Amino acid sequence: MTVPTHHPGDTLLIDYAGGALGEAASLIVATHLALCPCCRLNVAEMEAVGGALLESIEPEEVDPACLETVLARLDDLPPLPRVPRPKLVCQPAEVPLLPEPLRRYIGGDLSRLPWKRLMRGMDCYDIPLGSGSGYDSERRGKARLMRLASGVGPPHHTHRGIELTLVLDGGFTDDLGQFARGDLSVADDSVRHRPVADEEGCLCLAVTDAPLRFTGALGLILNPFVTF
Amino acid sequence: MQDLGSPAAGADRTFEELLTAVGRDRDRTAFAALFGHFAPRLKAYLRRQGCDAGGAEELVQDVMLLVWRRAETYDPSQASAATWMFTIARNRRIDALRREQRPEIDPADPTLVPDPVESADDGVAARETAGRLRAALRTLPPEQADLLRLAYFEDKPHSLISAEQGIPLGTVKSRLRLAMERLRKAMRDSQ
Repeated sequence: MTVPTHHPGDTLLIDYAGGALGEAASLIVATHLALCPCCRLNVAEMEAVGGALLESIEPEEVDPACLETVLARLDDLPPLPRVPRPKLVCQPAEVPLLPEPLRRYIGGDLSRLPWKRLMRGMDCYDIPLGSGSGYDSERRGKARLMRLASGVGPPHHTHRGIELTLVLDGGFTDDLGQFARGDLSVADDSVRHRPVADEEGCLCLAVTDAPLRFTGALGLILNPFVTF
Repeated sequence: MQDLGSPAAGADRTFEELLTAVGRDRDRTAFAALFGHFAPRLKAYLRRQGCDAGGAEELVQDVMLLVWRRAETYDPSQASAATWMFTIARNRRIDALRREQRPEIDPADPTLVPDPVESADDGVAARETAGRLRAALRTLPPEQADLLRLAYFEDKPHSLISAEQGIPLGTVKSRLRLAMERLRKAMRDSQ
């Protein structure tokens, strides 16, 4: 099985490990992690950094009654049911195309999704995120599944904020090279890219995250590739 | 704070052993010792995420109850006790403060591309790694350590840190990368 050659990079992985990314960006990073053992190791190490930082933080005194309260509640709580995590002995003949955690957001059957046509050869499905209402949805970001036919590329566009694209099947090529399953493209407003789907077409997950949430930047994104 | 083995104050068991005892034996003494050490740190962490004192203490209780319920799944060969607590606290505050899910990999998913080699780490190695990491953290240049704390403690992606601190994005990225390279080297230099 091949491993990806285009990665999120340290800073994005630190944002993910520290928990600063919105849900959409976390979803695409975590789905990349499922396909990329090397970034998984990086994130495990970055979580260890989080543990070391937690150890080194200046502690704040906690009301002694807190421990009493917690101890009194322990008996009411059964341990969480143990989720069976069988070791995979061999690859099943038909590995589902969509890895977790993406699969739990959209199910395993692409043909059942209500695809929306954006232009000839380009369909999309907007992935519902989060259950909370009224929360800062700009911060959460937007996630969209894109299906491009061979040779199709979205009209030229630039970015407000950050755009992440993860190839799930097929591939595309842009100024930065060729992107295949598991490859993650990171584009910000400094990047002018013209992705074009490879011969076999391209299924990808595209996410926008508005880093400048206080300016309301996301609402102003005029991006044909991921205009929501 | 000691560097090897994260020994718990006033006890001869490490935090990793305490956590394992909670998972295996429902050991309340071990749990109380973990609470004594970690609750004040978790509170400080949650305060920096924007909780007021009361809200932070409530969330600390939530986190510690999750620790009790999930301790069975703790694997000392994978992570130090502090690292495991950090991930639980991080996910709980994303859920509580942002009302968002935390998407994570499923290690049992058949589409997961497996690790090339099984990790041979045992619990002792994980604790020693944590010790080297804490030592390396103390030697980071202040401008790198400060950014790292902002990134982990203030719920701000690096792009937002750049905008708020008035530090160019490229500088934020290179400082974080340099910090991570040093810490990674400390973690991987086992011999």
